[in-house]
Amino acid sequence: MQGYVHSFESFGTVDGPGIRFVVFLQGCPLRCKYCHNPDSWLAGGTPYSAEDIVKRVLRYRNYFGDEGGITVSGGEPMLQREFVTEIFQKLKKEGVSTCLDTSGYLFDAKRKEDFLPLFRSTDLVLLDIKHIDEEQCKSLTGKSNKNTLALARFLDELGVKMWIRHVLVPELTDRDEWLRAIRAFTDTLSNVEKIEVLPYHTMGEVKYEKLGYDYCLKGVSPPTEDRVRNAKKILGAGFRKKD
Amino acid sequence: MFSKAWEGFVPGKWCEENEIDTRDFIQRNYKEYEGDASFLAGPTEATKALWAEVLDLMAQERAKGGVLDAETEIVSKIDAYPTPGYIDKELEKIVGLQTDKPLKRGLMPFGGLRMAEQSLQMYGYELSPKVKEIFTQYRKTHNDGVFDAYTPEMRACRTSHILTGLPDTYGRGRIVGDYRRVALYGVDYLIKQKELDKLHMGGRMTPELVRDREEVAEQIKALKALKSMAAKYGFDISRPAETAQEAIQWLYFGYLGAIKDQNGAAMSIGRNTTFLDIYIERDLARGIITEEEAQEMIDHFIMKLRMVKFMRIKEYNELFSGDPTWVTESIGGVGMDGRSLVTKNAFRVLHTLENLGPAPEPNLTVLWSKRLPLGFKRYCAKVSIDTSAIQYESDDLMRPLMGDDYCIACCVSCMRVGKDMQFFGARANLAKCLLYAINGGKDELMKDKVTGKHMQVAPKYEAVHGDGALDYDDVIEKYKQMVKWLAKVYVDTLNLIHIMHDKYSYEALEMALHDTKVRRFFATGIAGLSCAVDSLSAIKYAKVYPVRDEEGVVVDYRIEGDYPKYGNNDDRADEIAVWLVKHFMRQVASHYTYRDSIPTTSILTITSNVVYGKKTGNTPDGRRAGTPLAPGANPMHGRDTNGALASLESVAKLPYDFARDGISNTFSITPDSLGKLDD
Repeated sequence: MQGYVHSFESFGTVDGPGIRFVVFLQGCPLRCKYCHNPDSWLAGGTPYSAEDIVKRVLRYRNYFGDEGGITVSGGEPMLQREFVTEIFQKLKKEGVSTCLDTSGYLFDAKRKEDFLPLFRSTDLVLLDIKHIDEEQCKSLTGKSNKNTLALARFLDELGVKMWIRHVLVPELTDRDEWLRAIRAFTDTLSNVEKIEVLPYHTMGEVKYEKLGYDYCLKGVSPPTEDRVRNAKKILGAGFRKKD
Repeated sequence: MFSKAWEGFVPGKWCEENEIDTRDFIQRNYKEYEGDASFLAGPTEATKALWAEVLDLMAQERAKGGVLDAETEIVSKIDAYPTPGYIDKELEKIVGLQTDKPLKRGLMPFGGLRMAEQSLQMYGYELSPKVKEIFTQYRKTHNDGVFDAYTPEMRACRTSHILTGLPDTYGRGRIVGDYRRVALYGVDYLIKQKELDKLHMGGRMTPELVRDREEVAEQIKALKALKSMAAKYGFDISRPAETAQEAIQWLYFGYLGAIKDQNGAAMSIGRNTTFLDIYIERDLARGIITEEEAQEMIDHFIMKLRMVKFMRIKEYNELFSGDPTWVTESIGGVGMDGRSLVTKNAFRVLHTLENLGPAPEPNLTVLWSKRLPLGFKRYCAKVSIDTSAIQYESDDLMRPLMGDDYCIACCVSCMRVGKDMQFFGARANLAKCLLYAINGGKDELMKDKVTGKHMQVAPKYEAVHGDGALDYDDVIEKYKQMVKWLAKVYVDTLNLIHIMHDKYSYEALEMALHDTKVRRFFATGIAGLSCAVDSLSAIKYAKVYPVRDEEGVVVDYRIEGDYPKYGNNDDRADEIAVWLVKHFMRQVASHYTYRDSIPTTSILTITSNVVYGKKTGNTPDGRRAGTPLAPGANPMHGRDTNGALASLESVAKLPYDFARDGISNTFSITPDSLGKLDD
């Protein structure tokens, strides 16, 4: 089947373990204020077949080593769930590690079985918890965080490994009580392998100008080193110690 | 044959009578080190004090506009100065300067007097009238010789910059003596072997034989001069080195003689790290020195290499974006028996970047292999992250071709130390050549001074007709012919240049530290590869319409549609690149090359691509006239949009067998984009 691609990164080193081929899919239902890829929001992109993508990925196999593989990101990759499922299934047959970078917003707890084929061929999910507070989350992204949290629990049930990511933005997400609440939530999960704090950066701002969008975070600076350290401490960032 | 200096060394072929075999000595005696960096010692007080003095001199040099002092009277030769020069005699563990004062630039007119005179003038110095008289009335230079013999076509290619950077006004460099021989054997033994070689050079007295005999005679004189120079510093290098300090000192004297004698574009030093470790290990075992003292000697040695300077015109520095000397030292690699050549001394040499702080020279180059010990790989990564001052090259790629005792000259040219030399040959601009193909040999930028029309540089081949979209097959046919022409005039030009260089500026000392029967490479080079490839791809996959000026010469291009670009791991574009490299190399290889040299090519200009771009008009890929070409084999700037691996994969498709002199790809990456953790 066909899917719509925003771009490729053949040397991804920050989206999952090892060296990864990253496929950015087009389209996203969220409008996160700090989004650094607003050009991936709307529909569009370049059409590719799942087979095309698999072929492309396999060309870089020599670089993957023990840890690397493919990461599908976005946009929101679950917007093209069946497309991703097909890619992952094919790559699993080739022995390539698969990783999904998602906000979880499109998960539907009432129709879990629809998601089984995807997650049975997914080795790792990078789950972005945008905000632990539902109201704050709506204001930050336009949508509720319910599905995100439900997906985390579902993946825990399935035993799919997960890395939790949290973008730290001064004022919007960086408050000790919120961070503690995230920690309290992740502590209830047994499938979390790692927690990553991603300090907000302003590199996406130029894209807003180019696209003619308003940039809501004008004037917001990246968090200070102190605050990043604080967030890491509260969240217990890094790899979880294995028992 | 046995020398007291060799006590404790494992004997072998290297010490048999009339043998010279440094590799054999290394293989039998070096101790591989698989540990980590914890044994290393910091800088001693003497090192700190001495380095502070050097830094102060370097600051003064910058404050004076780039040159601290320059010689105007004494012509630089191996043993030209009556008195030795020092930075601070009391503190220096390794001594020897190019002139009589630190950072004072030598006067080197043998490559070309005009260059020597101009460079002096630029920095406010006046060449001594006596030297000028000698080098105009009595003594001819390399530069004079070349221009006496150049054809009008060669001169036109030079002026239009389709051939650029030719070593016709300066030293060709790239020749690396086996400086280790000075330490291992002592100079008297080397002289004796050269005399024997000369004795055995018989047969018909052809011009070639006469030249060869004269050259060996020059080599012997150079070795004698080297002894005399060292003696002024109080050392008798006629005998082999007996200690680590002597080994470093002897070896450095060998190199110092070379840089007093020649101001080549690249004056690389070879592969000395493992060799020196053998002497250091012996002294450590004997209890003569401590690790601190070993590090101190290496620090002082590297300090000297950081001070290598030549007097050059300001344009030269612009061409190379700095004042490079390419004192390349090759480190590590793996031996033919599977043991890595990493010793403790590999750590010490890299450690100088921490003890003295980072510096671009000497150009410390790690011959990288998957099989290097993990401890060393870790240390390389650490020093690279901290200093960004290490170059890496693939030993796994070069070892099968060159064995385990090759070194890198300049940035990527590999040669077996003491056994190979190369005739350095700058590069031909293949992007501009495509424009010539389209315009039937007329230069797209340069106008004839008399007629005011576009200059006819290449022969008047048929140009592309009409204003319709360029036809790929038609353009390729024309391009093939033009590349064929360019390769011929290029090889001829280089033959001429190297004959004159041998005649008027022969590297006697460097060649004295080679086997007499040496293998020669004939190095050519390519500039503008990715621009030419993208242009051809645009013509093939998009529609490219020529835009002509009033004279009918195509000076611009209008592009409709998109096309695959080199640097995205897209075979449609990459195959054109592979074809072009092969085609160019086949053309080069079809011509006579001087002294039976083996033709090679390289795709490596890393800095001068900016200057080449200035002299290249609008190209069919949409690049504007005057903007830089990509460095080396890099994709054009900003056109590799699929990330680093895709870009590297495109470059990796280029056939090394057709570009044995090296392929370079400049790749920068910020530490944060490589991951989030220190490990």
